[in-house]
Formats: sequence, C-alpha cells, structure tokens
Amino acid sequence: MTTLSPGDFLLIEAPRITRSTLALYAGASGDHNPVHIDTDACAAVGIPDVFAHGMLSMAYLGRLLTDWVPQGRIRSYGVRFSAITPVNATPVCRGTVTRVEDGLAHLDLTVSLPDGTATLQGSAVVTATDWPTQ
Amino acid sequence: MPIDPALIGTRTPEHSVQAERGRLRFFARAIGQTDTVYTDLEAAKTAGHRDLPVPPTFLFCLDMDNPDRGRFLDDLGIDVRTILHGGQEFTYHAQAYAGDTLTFVTEVEDVYAKKGGALEFIVRDTHVTRDGEPIATLTGTLVVRDPKAAK
Repeated sequence: MTTLSPGDFLLIEAPRITRSTLALYAGASGDHNPVHIDTDACAAVGIPDVFAHGMLSMAYLGRLLTDWVPQGRIRSYGVRFSAITPVNATPVCRGTVTRVEDGLAHLDLTVSLPDGTATLQGSAVVTATDWPTQ
Repeated sequence: MPIDPALIGTRTPEHSVQAERGRLRFFARAIGQTDTVYTDLEAAKTAGHRDLPVPPTFLFCLDMDNPDRGRFLDDLGIDVRTILHGGQEFTYHAQAYAGDTLTFVTEVEDVYAKKGGALEFIVRDTHVTRDGEPIATLTGTLVVRDPKAAK
C-alpha cells in the first residue's frame, strides 16, 4: 500500500522516441495523423519533420501514475501540451504531491526534454491511501 | 475562416467500441508499459481485476475508432495537419476492462480565438458510458492554426 504525502516525488525516463516508436503508437492508439508518421505529408505543409503525439507523452505520464498507485485510485488526470516533442527526443516525466486534503492527494505533473523544455504540464487527483474516500 | 460559435452545444452521433485484449497489449508495448497487470490476464486477476484494465489514456484512443471521426473537421473545412492538441483531461468514474463495449458521445463546450484569429480553440467533452453507467468524461482542447492569419 502506498500512502502519499506532500513532497513525495516520482520520476520516470521514457525511452528515446524513434520513428518506430511513433509508427507503433500511431497503430496502437488509432491516431493516424500524418504529421506524426509521414515526413512527405509534413513537408507539403511546411513542417520540417514528424513530431511525437502529445498523447504518447501523456501515456508515459499515465505510466508514472500507475507505477505509483493502483489505477483505481486516480480520480482525475489532465495536461496542457506546451511544446512539441521532436522525433528522437528522450522525455522525462516527473510527479510531485503538492497537498493532501480530505483523503485526496493533488499531484503536479510535468514532462520535459533534456534541454529543459516543458512539453506537458498537468495535474492529477488520486486517493491518498488505498482506502477509497467515497 | 473563423469557426462559428454556433458550433457550441452541437453533439456528434454516439458510437460504441469494444476494448480488445490484443489492442490493449499492443498499446502497452507502444508506450513501454512493463507492468504485467496491463498485458497478462493472470497478473490482472491477481491484482483484483476481472480482465485487463483499460489504462488511463486509452479511452481517448478508443474514441479514435469512431468510423465517422474525420467528419467533425471535414465539416468545418479544417485540414488535420493544421491542428494541434492543446490539452486533455480525464475524470474517472469507474474502471473499464477488456471485453467492455463502451459508448462515446461528444459535445462542443467552447470555441474561442487568440492572436487575432491565428489560433482558434475548440473545447469538447466526451462522455464515456458502459450500459448507461458513467465510466469517464474526457475534455479535449483542439488548436487550429490558420496558416494565412499567421503571415
């Protein structure tokens, strides 16, 4: 059982996002937008190269959450996509418990690139212990 | 071309899709998931699940299976290559599992512009249910870049 307290922190490093990663994620997710898999289609509208699905990074952050607590404890989870993740990037996911109130832990979440660029900024609310508050 | 605010409140026809074990395993592989609860039925059952759990963001992917999903942008005359995903939220009500047939219905909540119309935003809520029981609510923000307005 994991009990969350303010200041608790978790980090996971995603693997390098290769073109193969993007092809696999496009197939598995059903998101076939060519900007993620087709350099020719990108060039035709002036985009220099394919870039990663924002939802792939959100899935990595989701892994951080379920590595931390059983999925049933997640009440809500949201992100803003603040920068594009280029192909061959290696994102790092971080989560911090900012406060615990009424049995619910509030988490700040970020995904960033090695150069410091924040690509996703978000938050989640999870039950602070394995015992549901409802 | 500005997006008509009359879009607010419009709903797309509902669609239903089954969460399949094989697809969930494929998704786990694509995101580097190594927790066997998401890929191995025995591990899932040992952890108290009745089947493979649908992971936190996969409901968004199931909504992609809407056979009519390209129509929303087509009807607005928006090229899929000019859109960006601005934000995504999930509020969870109950756990969904492989084998569940889930129903999705999406409603436009808000439409607004920034940077003199160079960026337009469409906010949509998607309600996911299983036999009428609420499973989750997804809120997605779509950013439409107008290449002409940017110049």
